[in-house]
Amino acid sequence: MKRVAYFPGCALKDQARGYEAGAKKALEVLGYELVELSRWNCCGTVYALAQDDLVRHLGPVRNLVRTQEMGLDQLVTLCAMCYGTLRRSQRFVEEDEERLSRIRAFMDEEQEYAGGVKVLHLLNLLRDEIGFEPLESKVTRPLEGLKVGAYYGCMLLRPRDVGVDDPDRPEVMERVLGALGATPVLFPERTECCGAYLTVARPDVVQARSERILASAKSSGADVVVTSCPLCQFNLENRRPAWAAGLPVVYLGEVLAWALVQGATVPEEIQARIGKPAEVKA
Amino acid sequence: MAGELNLCRERLEGALPRKVEEISGQNPYACYQCGKCSAGCLFADHMDVLPNQVIRLVQLGDEGVAAFRAPWVCAACLACAVRCPRGVDIGKVMEALRVLALRRGLTPAPLNLGERYPQIALVGAFRKFTP
Amino acid sequence: MKKENTVTVFLMGKAYRVPAGLTIMKAMEYAGYRLVRGVGCRGGYCGACATVYRLPGDYRLYADLACQTTVQDGMYIAQLPFTPATRAPYRLEELAPQGETLLALYPELARCVACNTCTKACPQKLEVMDAVQQALRGDIAQVAELTFDCVSCGLCTMRCPAEIMHYHVWQLARRLHGAYQAPRSGHLADRVGQIRQGAFHGELDRLMAMGKDELAQAYKARDIEP
Ligand code: SF4
Ligand code: SF4
Ligand code: SF4
Ligand code: SF4
Ligand code: FES
Repeated sequence: MKRVAYFPGCALKDQARGYEAGAKKALEVLGYELVELSRWNCCGTVYALAQDDLVRHLGPVRNLVRTQEMGLDQLVTLCAMCYGTLRRSQRFVEEDEERLSRIRAFMDEEQEYAGGVKVLHLLNLLRDEIGFEPLESKVTRPLEGLKVGAYYGCMLLRPRDVGVDDPDRPEVMERVLGALGATPVLFPERTECCGAYLTVARPDVVQARSERILASAKSSGADVVVTSCPLCQFNLENRRPAWAAGLPVVYLGEVLAWALVQGATVPEEIQARIGKPAEVKA
Repeated sequence: MAGELNLCRERLEGALPRKVEEISGQNPYACYQCGKCSAGCLFADHMDVLPNQVIRLVQLGDEGVAAFRAPWVCAACLACAVRCPRGVDIGKVMEALRVLALRRGLTPAPLNLGERYPQIALVGAFRKFTP
Repeated sequence: MKKENTVTVFLMGKAYRVPAGLTIMKAMEYAGYRLVRGVGCRGGYCGACATVYRLPGDYRLYADLACQTTVQDGMYIAQLPFTPATRAPYRLEELAPQGETLLALYPELARCVACNTCTKACPQKLEVMDAVQQALRGDIAQVAELTFDCVSCGLCTMRCPAEIMHYHVWQLARRLHGAYQAPRSGHLADRVGQIRQGAFHGELDRLMAMGKDELAQAYKARDIEP
């Protein structure tokens, strides 16, 4: 069992608990143990785009220090927002010696951050460390017949140098879903923003976006939409139009668990589509 | 927007474009106004000026840009940033305008806190809409 | 008094020579201040005496309780008898001990930038930032645990750049924890039962009937825990 440092983020401890539970169990099947940082801070959700506001990077850097304290140099996240924020902050402070030293001077109560902690998203782990074929070989309940629309949203893909895949033509989530036996369906809005935090300021705008995204997924034939972002999930579920009621938006971790974890609870409507679990492979 | 285009040096080298450049790290004058950013922006429908026009106003040093709603409708999705042929990260320019307004004590419409939101929504909204 | 036994402190900007070894609170009184706010228990429990100070040659702004901190030479001192913070209106019996409760009543928790200034300001040496983080992710039991020793001095609240009203959040978390999560105390229920049944009425009636002098006598003669 390989141990990797794990940053959950607030959402995964609350509204997105199912994502964490599913991903943890699925990763165990794949030989990885997610070891939660002993103390961690909210990443800040949205990466601070202003160059002159170092305070916004304190939370992320503290989490990098925690990783360093564990003697590890990789930090895994499940949430797309946490991934974007932590990864970008790590690069931002490390690419400039002066920034890094100012951060260190401010956080004089912490162990000095030496740099070099690599922030990974679950998808990086699945593709680059585990690989699609080993993933496929561990599947005990192939999701055959299930048409899944992978919804990336923004933070997994943009900006280009931080994204987990090509921002215009991503395929990593589809490859994962394919390995699980599902049929990935591509839909035009899969990389477009749901409106994120505007949900608090402009629910009307987010409603319009959610409607477009779900309509796009539905007309492309998806039975279910999968995401790795709790904010997308909240917006798509809570700002959805009535006609989209039958199109569940679930977390990547849940889908992984359905296919990989013995005894995982599969929602009835999904179970009805994929049929009985296959014989357990030796 | 002014009917007459005033391109005097003082304006082009004025405080606004310099401040925006300092905060965003983006050179507003790199933009050649192709409009790709606006074409791809999913939130442009709800904006009073389009993303490329926002950059144009900054280029012209027009302080009036602060009064437009566009930066507060921008969701920082960075779709524009990955499309711009000139490598301008317009999302960062939008953020610079938000930050400038907030630092000057100008706040957008109050947040709608009556509803229950997950942490992730509140943290994001507070970071973007409060100083 | 011999000079070596005194120190100079600056109270609200004015220099005073006071005996070494006094607490800040006693030093203020020695200098002639009569404290009507910013003082209470004098024992480090009530949190009324929040004080901030700087030391010569040190850029830090320290925060502590005036009744618990000894004066040092060159100390610049100001009292902060109160930190304004509004308590959100709620009725405990209408709340659920769920993660979102804290955030719904105190949404500004989400503004924390993890600067840790609150922790550095806390005279009780609590992990204040960690408590904010636990509050944000909705772990009420953890918040109650981490802030058990909070004296509501308000120093964290005064220093927080995110304008979070910590001590009200802590109080709410402890109330929710006490009301819904912590195991019920059998002794407490027994004692409440005794009170309801009037086990102490006689004693109270006796006190109520006493005259002023008699009451003073009884007070002086009371049992004091060692
Ligand atoms: S895409 Fe780039 S160059 Fe074109 S208008 Fe927008 S900012 Fe200017
Ligand atoms: S970052 Fe803002 S301006 Fe750019 S595409 Fe997204 S919403 Fe539009
Ligand atoms: S947590 Fe805040 S209010 Fe409570 S004792 Fe510490 S500084 Fe004072
Ligand atoms: S002082 Fe405020 S912003 Fe800083 S860590 Fe404490 S709660 Fe967060
Ligand atoms: S007077 Fe009560 S804590 Fe200092």
